[in-house]
Amino acid sequence: MSDDRSLDRKKAVPVIVGDPKDLLIVCGLAGASKDMAHLTNDGDNIFTMAGAMGGATAMGLGLALSRPDKKVLVVTGDGELLMNVGTLATVGILKPANLSILCVDNGHYGETGYQESHTQRGVNLELIAQGSAIPNTRTIDREEQIPEAKKILRDSNGTSFILLKVNTEPPPSIKRSMDATERKVAFRRALLGIA
Amino acid sequence: MMSEYGGQETWQEDLYSLLRSNGVKLFCYVPDGGHKTLINRSIEDPEVISVPLTTEEEGVAMCAGAHLGGTKSVLLMQSSGVGNCVNMFALIKNGQFPFVTVVTMRGEFGEMNPWQVPMGQGVQPVVEAMGMHCLRAETPEEVSPTVQAALDMAYKSNQSVAVLLTQKLIGAKPF
Ligand SMILES: Cc1ncc(C[n+]2csc(CCOP(=O)(O)OP(=O)(O)O)c2C)c(N)n1
Repeated sequence: MSDDRSLDRKKAVPVIVGDPKDLLIVCGLAGASKDMAHLTNDGDNIFTMAGAMGGATAMGLGLALSRPDKKVLVVTGDGELLMNVGTLATVGILKPANLSILCVDNGHYGETGYQESHTQRGVNLELIAQGSAIPNTRTIDREEQIPEAKKILRDSNGTSFILLKVNTEPPPSIKRSMDATERKVAFRRALLGIA
Repeated sequence: MMSEYGGQETWQEDLYSLLRSNGVKLFCYVPDGGHKTLINRSIEDPEVISVPLTTEEEGVAMCAGAHLGGTKSVLLMQSSGVGNCVNMFALIKNGQFPFVTVVTMRGEFGEMNPWQVPMGQGVQPVVEAMGMHCLRAETPEEVSPTVQAALDMAYKSNQSVAVLLTQKLIGAKPF
């Protein structure tokens, strides 16, 4: 197992995700929401959180089951995912082909002062995803692996899970809406034409 | 009618039909004896998505995600599961998501397992503290109208509602 954490999330996440316009995106609190709000300019195809820790993957799963015609991307942190890591098992029994999960693993609870998380101490979320019967999993810790990660995330051949190992550089700073009701309404209006 | 635990097929069948006729398509649950018929119907029904959860909390977030995509859902759980959901109710409240959970109650009328009592007693204060409505069905006749009321409150008024199927209704499990 490689312990390399040299990638910077501010560079790696935008390249892996690519053009976010055709995706429906759900993000866990803290860094993941900042990464993606920055990339999408807090657009109407993204629902970010600043709480409900542990809920991002399940929320993305609900959206993916509801809209099999759309690619759904969950972006989450190692801490957020660990809080309800059992959700990977729920994903694994269903394996929606339109669901991709990107875990930005900095090995720390960054938002709360960079305390070490379990992944910094030997816990491997890719193996947990594999053991949860998620068909396409990959750990990415070098720049040259990024095109492959991008391909896996975009492919619709069963659920994919990318563990992106990054250093402790902070996420981009962005002023995003914290009004979940307003964001929900905008998301549904853009997707469904109704509030 | 004080039914034998698990012998509630008639009103459960009616409840399943009611949920389906209201357009509910996503059924998520952690298995519970009191929900047996509903769970089995959802598994057998090719028109719905039936999802067993590892914890009830997942179901709360899943239902919110399904709403983003335009799908109506219901979360089935027993009273202990409410305790597993509390922080995720913040997502429902902040986003004013329509949300219906049907909760089979333990720890009240005639309970014989002391482990069910604390969370059973906590259900109503906890869901109300999180800004949800709490409706109770005490008799088989009350079940359908109560769940219909919950669906209307949720999907027409953006409310979150817990329907408690009380232990008087479902009967106490013998220990
Ligand atoms: C239930 C709950 N417990 C604790 C917190 C405090 N908290 C906020 S962000 C966070 C860490 C998130 O870590 P991670 O997902 O790895 O993201 P990072 O900050 O590293 O980007 C924690 C513990 C919380 N918001 N909710």
